[in-house]
Amino acid sequence: MHELSLSSAIVNTVVKHAAGRPVTVVSMRVGALRQVVPDTLDFYFGFVAEGTVCEGARLEQELVAARLRCAGCEREWEIDVPVFMCPDCGPSGRVEVAAGDEFEVESIEVEEAECIAPR
Amino acid sequence: MHRTKVRIVEGALDANDTIAQANRADFDRADVRVVNLMSAPGAGKTALLERVATDLPGLRLGVLEGDVEGSMDADRLAALHVPVTQLNTAPGFGGECHLDANMVRSALPGLALDEIDLLVIENVGNLVCPAEFRVGEDARVMVSAITEGEEKPLKYPLMFRACELVLVNKIDLLPHLDFDLDKFLYNLDQVSPGVERILVSAKTGEGLGEWRDWLARMGSPVEAPA
Repeated sequence: MHELSLSSAIVNTVVKHAAGRPVTVVSMRVGALRQVVPDTLDFYFGFVAEGTVCEGARLEQELVAARLRCAGCEREWEIDVPVFMCPDCGPSGRVEVAAGDEFEVESIEVEEAECIAPR
Repeated sequence: MHRTKVRIVEGALDANDTIAQANRADFDRADVRVVNLMSAPGAGKTALLERVATDLPGLRLGVLEGDVEGSMDADRLAALHVPVTQLNTAPGFGGECHLDANMVRSALPGLALDEIDLLVIENVGNLVCPAEFRVGEDARVMVSAITEGEEKPLKYPLMFRACELVLVNKIDLLPHLDFDLDKFLYNLDQVSPGVERILVSAKTGEGLGEWRDWLARMGSPVEAPA
């Protein structure tokens, strides 16, 4: 359900950078820890994009796997279940998220009018 | 027409975080500490506030009450003479299921910040979206009622990891439910190892002293965690 609010956040970010140019593609990096359902985000994005420069744009989502790092033993590992404990250090380990909490607009593709200025 | 790729690399929630920082700066200037209180609907946020609101000696408490509709919760707190401001997400904000930094910003002019030391922002009941939208708080607290089951931390890690304190509420119902407290606490430690937690019952009063002390520490500028 949070995909609706997240879609609005995407559109607002893109509108700011598009400077009025129509947008054809929005490329996102979405971390696994964000708990985003890709199809749902896609659906709401299309809905929220209506009436903005993003209308009709394709949403590309690159899923970033969740990787943790233990500051104590410097071990780094990937997780697919939400267990944030170092397998070596246990509860005493200081576990940090190395990757997986991204929710970034990486790039956009916009349509530009042909440049008519003389070379 | 031709197509151009524009590199952006910007967190889509950065705009919210920027406004949250502005809110935080305003709160800091007024010397007000802010707690963002979150939970699923019906976990007991308002009840846990009601039970300690009048028992915080020397600390002036204020509440910003977030709801989609209605002022039922705000009325309960106002009856205790706690200054409370209602923020409904339905009229201007499309019935949002959470508070964001901008909504809180819009409520700032209505808050008498110079008359309070601690502001508790009671978020809209929801275990998903509130975790993602910072509002300018110093600390985040969530309530998890044992009626919600043991697996909640595993199902909503985003929320459980976002908090500095977890209040495990309705603990008085333990004898009546098939709820395994050890399993819940194990799951909680899997998701957020060692996170501070208090077992409470708004009904019987168990653990309320600890909750009150936590709020009192939070509201005192000297002892509050950085």
